[in-house]
Amino acid sequence: MIDLINAIIVLLNFIFIPALSYGSQLALGALGVSFVYAILRFANFSHGDLMSFGAMMTILFTWLFQSYGISLGFLPTALLAIPLAIIVTILFSIITDRFVFRHYRIKKSTPVVFAMVSIGVMFVIQAIVRIIIGPDDRNFFDGQKFIIKAKQFKEITGLNEGLAIKSTQVITIVVTIILVSLLFWFLQRTRTGKSMRAFSDNEDLALLSGINPDKVVFITWLIVGTLATVAGTLYGLDKSFKPFTYLGLVLPIFASAIVGGIGNPIGAVVGGYVIAFSEIMVTYAYKKFFIYLLPQSLEPSGLVQLISTDYKFAVSFSILVIVLLIRPSGIFKGRTF
Amino acid sequence: MLIMASLFLLVGFGQSWPISLSILNMCIISAIMSMGINIQWGYAGIFNVGIMGFTALGGLAAVLVSYSPVGEAWRVGGIGMIISLFLLIITIVAVFFLNRIFRNSSYKYWIIGLTIIIGLILINLFFRPAVQAIENVNPAVTGFLGGLGLPIIFSWIVGGLFAAGVAFVIGKITLGLRADYLAIATLGISEIIIAVLKHEDWLSRGVKNVIGLKRPVPYEIDLQNTDWFISLIAYLNSSKLRKISDSLESEKLLNQLVIEGSSIFVKLSYMILFTAVLLFILYLANKAQISPWGRMMRAIRDNETSANAMGKDVVKRHLQVFVIGSAVVGIAGAMMITQSGLFTPSSFLPLRYTFLIWVMVIVGGSGNNVGAILGGFVIWFVWIEAAPASQYLIEILTVILNDENKFKLHLIDSVPYFRYLVMGSVLLLIMRYRPKGILPEKVRHS
Repeated sequence: MIDLINAIIVLLNFIFIPALSYGSQLALGALGVSFVYAILRFANFSHGDLMSFGAMMTILFTWLFQSYGISLGFLPTALLAIPLAIIVTILFSIITDRFVFRHYRIKKSTPVVFAMVSIGVMFVIQAIVRIIIGPDDRNFFDGQKFIIKAKQFKEITGLNEGLAIKSTQVITIVVTIILVSLLFWFLQRTRTGKSMRAFSDNEDLALLSGINPDKVVFITWLIVGTLATVAGTLYGLDKSFKPFTYLGLVLPIFASAIVGGIGNPIGAVVGGYVIAFSEIMVTYAYKKFFIYLLPQSLEPSGLVQLISTDYKFAVSFSILVIVLLIRPSGIFKGRTF
Repeated sequence: MLIMASLFLLVGFGQSWPISLSILNMCIISAIMSMGINIQWGYAGIFNVGIMGFTALGGLAAVLVSYSPVGEAWRVGGIGMIISLFLLIITIVAVFFLNRIFRNSSYKYWIIGLTIIIGLILINLFFRPAVQAIENVNPAVTGFLGGLGLPIIFSWIVGGLFAAGVAFVIGKITLGLRADYLAIATLGISEIIIAVLKHEDWLSRGVKNVIGLKRPVPYEIDLQNTDWFISLIAYLNSSKLRKISDSLESEKLLNQLVIEGSSIFVKLSYMILFTAVLLFILYLANKAQISPWGRMMRAIRDNETSANAMGKDVVKRHLQVFVIGSAVVGIAGAMMITQSGLFTPSSFLPLRYTFLIWVMVIVGGSGNNVGAILGGFVIWFVWIEAAPASQYLIEILTVILNDENKFKLHLIDSVPYFRYLVMGSVLLLIMRYRPKGILPEKVRHS
């Protein structure tokens, strides 16, 4: 019996909690991609770098606060800096839209041209981020690191296995729940949110019924800027901020959005968790888990790892390919045309 | 063209001739890559962001073709490898047939999934020990299976074939879906290819890199000891040598000239080889573009629906053009590794090998092969020279600040990143104000 509980704790500690927080980060990123896709109708390759821009702004404000001696006690100062960073990121993305994307929207360019333009934007954002903050690793986490340490958990429960919960993980999950619920409330209940859904469903009809397209686009960037900043900051808090990792996030984020059904907000959230859980479950070495469950004679000799962590890209990619083969519109019907 | 030539002369006189020539060689390779992408994008409007992966496959081909086989590794792990390859093929064939047999069954995906898992477990039984054995063979020098030991020139074709094979699989899955799905799929596959090359040590030595690949052209050190080469250099510089009366002095000068000349000679021979490939591909690409096939591709690109209505198989044509374009990129990748003689998987970065090539295509003029070549030359040149240029600019602009000024030091530290800024701005400006590129596509109405 104790063995079973130990085994479950192992799974919770190494798979469930990390996957939940990573999935939340992916879900927020995928929501941003999905929003741009549904309203502005293109695949935004610069989203990963918009996230890194947002995270960078948070870091800069965090440093500013720290230099004035402001802190949040056991919470990271970054939480205080996020709102300011969001404002800057939103401003930045609206400027980008005004000077870059709007031109192609008026010209009604094809999605592929938009995607190409977003690559140009990606270059520029990467340059800006690297010029301002440099390419190095930045750890901007302060405050209390663990809510429960593995050792404490062992002492309290008397089990062999410890359960460590990092405060960043809890913050990530709580912030995601708040943000996603706010977003769904906004989309379902408010007038503006409804007009956005209408715009996404049928642009011409929405225009005919008097919805102002400029306002819709403005609000889209508002939401996307917010989501990108929060997602980027949470990822940076959880791991650590390194500009080039955000380009690597583009693939899992897109995979999440497509798996869930691109353009569909619920799909983006679910897709984020699907990708995160499968990535971590497939690359985790189950040796410890089986040692608890199986009798000694059957103990596995190897690591019992399906594939090594080096290939975590392959996981999101394979899920993407499977979904594209079986159900191109995603789990929740997104746009397929 | 003239401007480009004079730029190279400028670098030649300003910095040095070997530098100028090596930039030129990379320009030619970049031009071939951008021609490959131009075939996909300019002819058919296919958006491929996995150029890095196809380039790396070409590089892998160069290693596998030219490196001499490691006999010891083959002895200890060869059989295991062959069995796992065999099992892999069986698994794939089985999945293929099961897919046919259980076409209408609701359990289809479960059965196929189970087959794949069983196959993977069986393969692992043979694969893991074989890999262990191979990687333990003298890991400091080899630790991998090695290659075939053939002349490296063959790898240019093999690299093309590798890239074409992968492109076929990817295209089969994603072409026919939305255009941006292909983009994301290619982005994914290129990351996976790089991950495989980095971590499968038995295949490519991984991050331990492969160095000292054989060359298709002579080595500098051999040239320096060959009589005809020394006399050639002496003949070319005879006026310079004659001015010096002292024989010892002139001997010294000749020696120096021979060393410099040998490096120029090697780079020149590479240049001749590369130019031949470039012209060959250019000829074929142009021929294809003005042929009925090229006109059909243009029809598909400009109006897919009506081309479909005329009975053209759009998905099949897209697959064809995607495979051809990727093959050209693979060839260029093999050439690149041939020139440098070393294969470093960790040096493949998407910005450099994927997105830069896109800038070349867009700037040069999509749909125009000469434009793609021009784009390759111009952008590579700018990419190389942007760092020194921006450093120079920053020095001038911040001349009022003193040397210890933090802002100035920070700017100088971030000089390498100004070229991202330059590239991004160039891409955005061209797309906005000259969407057809420097040399727009010529549409012949025949």
